[in-house]
Amino acid sequence: MSRVVIDPVTRIEGHLRIETEVNGGRVTDAWSSGTMFRGIELILRGRDPREAWIWAQRICGVCTTVHALASVRAVENALNIQIPDNARLVRNLIAGSQNVQDHVVHFYHLHALDWVDVTLALKADPAKTSQLAQSISEWPKSSATYFKGVQDRVKALVASRQLSLFSSGDWGHPAYQLPPEANLLAVAHYIEALDMQRDFIRIHAVLGGKNPHLQTFLVGGMATAIDGTEPEAVINPERITLFNELVTRAQTFVNQVYIPDVLAVAGFYKEWFGYGEGLGNFMAYGDYPAGSINDPSRFFFPRGVILGRDLSTVHPLDPGKIAEYVSHSYYDYSVGDQASLPPARGETQPHYSGPKPPYEYLNTDAKYSWLKAPRYDDKAVEVGPLARTLIAYASGNAAVKQAVDGVLGHFNAPPTVLFSTLGRIAARAVEAQIVAGQLGNWVAELDDNMSRGDVRIHDGSMWDPESWPKSCAGFGLEEAPRGSLGHWVEIENKHIVNYQAVVPSTWNAGPRDAHGQRGAYEAALLNTPIADPERPLEVLRTVHSFDPCLACAVHVIDGQGHRYGHESVTVPDLPAPACSAAEMGGL
Amino acid sequence: MPDAQTVLEICKVRGFSRRRFMQFCGTMAATLALPTSYAQTIADALSTKRKPTLVWLEFQDCAGNTESMLRSPHPTIEDIVLEAVSLEYHETIMAGYGKHAEAALQRVVKEETGKYLVIVEGAIPTADDGIYCTVNGRTALSIVQEVCTGAAAVIAVGACAWDGGLVRSKPNPTGAVGLQEAVPGVNVVNLPGCPHNSVNTAAVLVHYLTFGALPALDAENRPLFAYGQIIHDQCERRAHYDAGRYVQAWGDEGHRKGWCLFKMGCKGPEANYNCPTVRWNNATSWPVKSGHGCIACASSRFWDTKSPFYSRLPHPPGFGVDVTASEIGWTVVGAVAAATAVHATGHVIRDHSHPGGTAEPHKDQAAERQTTEVR
Repeated sequence: MSRVVIDPVTRIEGHLRIETEVNGGRVTDAWSSGTMFRGIELILRGRDPREAWIWAQRICGVCTTVHALASVRAVENALNIQIPDNARLVRNLIAGSQNVQDHVVHFYHLHALDWVDVTLALKADPAKTSQLAQSISEWPKSSATYFKGVQDRVKALVASRQLSLFSSGDWGHPAYQLPPEANLLAVAHYIEALDMQRDFIRIHAVLGGKNPHLQTFLVGGMATAIDGTEPEAVINPERITLFNELVTRAQTFVNQVYIPDVLAVAGFYKEWFGYGEGLGNFMAYGDYPAGSINDPSRFFFPRGVILGRDLSTVHPLDPGKIAEYVSHSYYDYSVGDQASLPPARGETQPHYSGPKPPYEYLNTDAKYSWLKAPRYDDKAVEVGPLARTLIAYASGNAAVKQAVDGVLGHFNAPPTVLFSTLGRIAARAVEAQIVAGQLGNWVAELDDNMSRGDVRIHDGSMWDPESWPKSCAGFGLEEAPRGSLGHWVEIENKHIVNYQAVVPSTWNAGPRDAHGQRGAYEAALLNTPIADPERPLEVLRTVHSFDPCLACAVHVIDGQGHRYGHESVTVPDLPAPACSAAEMGGL
Repeated sequence: MPDAQTVLEICKVRGFSRRRFMQFCGTMAATLALPTSYAQTIADALSTKRKPTLVWLEFQDCAGNTESMLRSPHPTIEDIVLEAVSLEYHETIMAGYGKHAEAALQRVVKEETGKYLVIVEGAIPTADDGIYCTVNGRTALSIVQEVCTGAAAVIAVGACAWDGGLVRSKPNPTGAVGLQEAVPGVNVVNLPGCPHNSVNTAAVLVHYLTFGALPALDAENRPLFAYGQIIHDQCERRAHYDAGRYVQAWGDEGHRKGWCLFKMGCKGPEANYNCPTVRWNNATSWPVKSGHGCIACASSRFWDTKSPFYSRLPHPPGFGVDVTASEIGWTVVGAVAAATAVHATGHVIRDHSHPGGTAEPHKDQAAERQTTEVR
């Protein structure tokens, strides 16, 4: 038995450490630890709630926009603001573009090198690579000459003996199973995907001035003035044309490069449909409203919970069942560290009790992470593209069912193979394809509104803080690329008194709870085969399949234990999507 | 590594050598807004010099600066990391992980002492013995001190690495500081912004590759070419400001017509950055163009000093706004350089795909000034 540590886990956002026990060539136990803490929610206290999104967005620069959106939704929920339809569409466009872009970058730049041996690309025959490429896709960049050029570029890099970002890879590891031609194809697409992400995300620059960290959200709507008759309006007919061009190019890339590559790579690693399952519990808040944020039944991604890998039942989501443990996290609870607290009554007192640096191993029997351990109905659940896809699939969503069945048919496999490392990768690709397909519809809706002369982009009725109640509280839920995200805000005398975020990677990367239940990464790593404990590449495959984002995951809840729903608080009386008033009050 | 190849040799191996190489050099010259003839200077430099090693460290960060770098339009990120430098360590994108990643970093520190470049992203926590950020069981503070001390040059990208940024804003729960405080005595080039604009960072790298020195800096070690001018003075909505045409409410007629955002809280008059000229994402747009006020994200401690972001800057009612705003702005720049010098360098970088505007007359002066200073 040996303790195998990966720190830093690279090709992720943020600072993640994984410790595993390896026994007889298999992972027999695993611990996931976030090793960085900033305290952004503490910093938000006392600020103007209208600008909370500018701050909260900086929780993460990879998942840029997602915290901005959750933040404005939370404040709008607190102030009972309904945004104009154009703002809804712009938000869907921004969040949907982020989803597609993020999934492409994840597959090619964060995950592919777990499956692709760059050095083997040198042994490929460019002509055969061309045949392979043309057999799986219509994508035009597929000539032998083209692949020869890419190969020469890799050759020059290797000959220079300065391999740059490829210098410390596990090249030659026995777990790499792609033939040379598939490696060359993947390296070519690694480079092309850099170009794709750079080009496509210009849609964010138009709508938000820049990416990352768009500067365009407003409590009450968006700053993207829309007017079909004004050349200086941010959204006008010329920009609609540009959106359509960018979206079409993204759709083509996803359909002709990303999807075929995922299917091709998976075909050489089918055994990974049998590894990395994890919890078998999945949760999604749902997102992309078709109308009001308060009508989740019309969300593009449905809401729900799947338990015990049972795809026959999608349970309704009750946000009142969300609570967090700190039993293995570097925080103290006033009610004792064995208890759990719902986010609305959450408290956090950071208190590092890990080993003094420099250290070799964590004490995993005690507290070992800056992440908390969120639980739904006291169960650990997985969030993210796989959860969303399964919930949509089990809910009978036609588009998802068709896409997923297409993938399953390709491998002649039942839906249960999706509970796996490759299942997460496939679900992410399917989701990117479906969202990319939908982006054009949102552009069209925006165009229709504009053509009808609808220039409303912001509801300013509550912009002036003088119009606010003395105190109020709210929350915003969202599906970020990595999963279900929620922000909670409490406002008094025009300022934030409490701010909290419960984030996708906290659900997935969190540590054990008071009952000893593992988090999603920890559970998924069990039984992973390890060919060489000195080079635990296989561990990375499963961890990366979740697309970790650690900057997001580490958060602070209010240190003072502020309550929601005290008598003076105005909790908007809204139907779901939101938590119930009782949950908000923790009554 | 005595047999390491130069960029030119690498390009030769790639088959389309000379043309591609000269294109690359031409792009770099354009990025720095140097006269066309400088392509040859760059080519000469790159033909004879080994690719410098670059390590990119991340601490209390959001990876937004990394993401910004991935969007670098010219040179592209692939040109930078495959041909211009050897990026041996960068947690977000490197192939290696765990022990192998750390070994790569240690090799650079030990074997290339005094020769490698470092880019730092994120703040560095100092409270409670630095336990708020560890990598491989070591504190960020110990890593940054070890790695930066032996570097040839150190670049801080983004607000957090510059002065602690958002992480340091009140109440600064983790005792976060910027790079120059964490490693006193090391010469740092600061490229603030939230995030940094990769066009500027690429230009600094190209300048270093070509001339073996860093570009001219202001008193806060920010390159003059990028931080020498006030946003308000470069803003495309400036004419509306001068004419008194303001956006009064989000989505109103003025907003739809692209009028001035001053009354909506824009901090452009207090902000130094070349956002309006280089713009973002291949010169597609920048925040004010897209309808939201500037938050002065390249200004010192901007999270605390420039917020609340929707409160308008103080000015006398009616008229005289311009004078007051300019005074505020110039106070910020005052310590940096004389107004003329700032104006001369303010436009050094201008996206080559967007010619025109007012940059041309300044270009040659700026290039001259730059080359004089780096000599």
